[in-house]
Amino acid sequence: MELTILFYVFAALTLLPAFVVVFSRSLIYAAFSLLFTFLGVAGLYVLLSADFIAVAQIMVYIGGIMILLVFGVMLTKQATDVEVSTGIMKTLPSLIIVGFALGTLVMVVTGAQWPQEVLQPEVQGTALEIGELLMTTFVLPFEVAGILLLVAVMGAAMIARKPNEVQS
Amino acid sequence: MESLLQSLLGDNLLTVVLYCALPLVFLLLYALLAILGEVKISAWMQDRLGPMRTGPWGIIQPIADVFKLLQKEDITPAKADKFLFNLAPFLSFMSAYAAFAVIPFSSQYVGADLNLGLFYLLAISSLNVAAIIMAGWASNNKYSLYGSMRAVAQIVSYEVPAAMVLVIIVMFVGSLNLQDITTAQSGPFWNWMVFGGPKQDVVLASGEVLSASWVNLIFLPFFLASFLMYYIAGLAETNRTPFDIPEAESELVSGYHTEYSGMKFAMFFMSEYANMFLVSAVVAVLFFGGWNSPFGVYLGDAFDAPWLVAVEQFGWLAFKGLFFVFVMIWVRWTLPRLRVDQLMYMSWKVLIPFSFGIALVVGFLVVIL
Repeated sequence: MELTILFYVFAALTLLPAFVVVFSRSLIYAAFSLLFTFLGVAGLYVLLSADFIAVAQIMVYIGGIMILLVFGVMLTKQATDVEVSTGIMKTLPSLIIVGFALGTLVMVVTGAQWPQEVLQPEVQGTALEIGELLMTTFVLPFEVAGILLLVAVMGAAMIARKPNEVQS
Repeated sequence: MESLLQSLLGDNLLTVVLYCALPLVFLLLYALLAILGEVKISAWMQDRLGPMRTGPWGIIQPIADVFKLLQKEDITPAKADKFLFNLAPFLSFMSAYAAFAVIPFSSQYVGADLNLGLFYLLAISSLNVAAIIMAGWASNNKYSLYGSMRAVAQIVSYEVPAAMVLVIIVMFVGSLNLQDITTAQSGPFWNWMVFGGPKQDVVLASGEVLSASWVNLIFLPFFLASFLMYYIAGLAETNRTPFDIPEAESELVSGYHTEYSGMKFAMFFMSEYANMFLVSAVVAVLFFGGWNSPFGVYLGDAFDAPWLVAVEQFGWLAFKGLFFVFVMIWVRWTLPRLRVDQLMYMSWKVLIPFSFGIALVVGFLVVIL
């Protein structure tokens, strides 16, 4: 019973700000709303017993949004005053893309094997299993992702440098 | 503790709410003490008397301060973004309070005994950054905006060494659960992490056995250094002097909360003090044995009173936490403020390389010992 109420609370926390992200004309409002959407998604992950994913969600995305906001405000002159156009543009291409996305989601939802009875979430540690899998079975994808991020950081540092520093 | 509340009130929502609100009661009392401590300690350090008129030696000054803040007019600047301006103080306190969920106040009380405790702590405390930047931007004031930008740059930089230090302890104990980390340091004070961790085998709260011996003394220099690094990073994350450039009074009025007054300012104030105690409590849990008594024995055991043991454990954690809060106040009234470049140098060129180095050495030692 309490879990059902919690589910609806988190679902509302996910969906209502998501509408603001899509329809708001202010960049700042959209970014802050995205933050609450991610918080709600983290709550839904906890209800699905995926505690590690939930905390990682908060850690990665909220930090990420903050950086986005800081640099959005610092590096663009009027990021705070720009009115983002939310009208309907390019109807046909967007319809095709959204149609594909919707079709995939509907296929996944209808094709999935849903458990017939309500499962009580067990908040047992998933960190141990995830850690072991990352270091054994999935060590190659893990390392490749690490190298990819390292390359991205180095690229960002190169772009941010002044041109004369690069030459010398 | 939870079973006690359940037997008193039954298994309903009220029990859960009360159980969750216990740290809040402690925080409110602690905030009064810390406000008094800040004014009195600063006064003594500067050879003044401090507030003397409200009550004997001014000890009810914090209560007067709180009443003043409560009855002030609730002002929202005309050009501010009203919704975000009003939301920011609550988000700030929420993020500070949410972190208290995983702090083990005694072996009988921890808000949520999460296996991911430390990871959750790191994640949820980064929400505070969101509140700061929200306040800075919504105030529509250049000082507020500059203050919040500096705060974000500072907190994001110092999260890296703080997280590395947590990784060092997690590698040693083999658990992210703060209750496990505390149990690993049970016994007399030489079993605390700052003295190299446990010296004999311990059974963790999760039931696993952590094998240890006096060879662990080899960890002492590394853990001592990581304690200092974590405390420095914690000072920076709470925006305390010498890292108070986001609030630098002489440059920025008072940073991101320049435009706030009354209760909304009080919320920011509370969240700053809550964060100070949080950092201090985490230092106590990670390095100074948490709720463990330094003597390894409890008065309650002598009288065969388990409730007294729990109260003593809470007392020890509160004492250790308050001691580190006192050190923060001491540092604030002793050291001058760093410059922005010195601050970044400290984090990226000193703390981060050293913390990575220590993590490598400790990881190697954990594997071979």
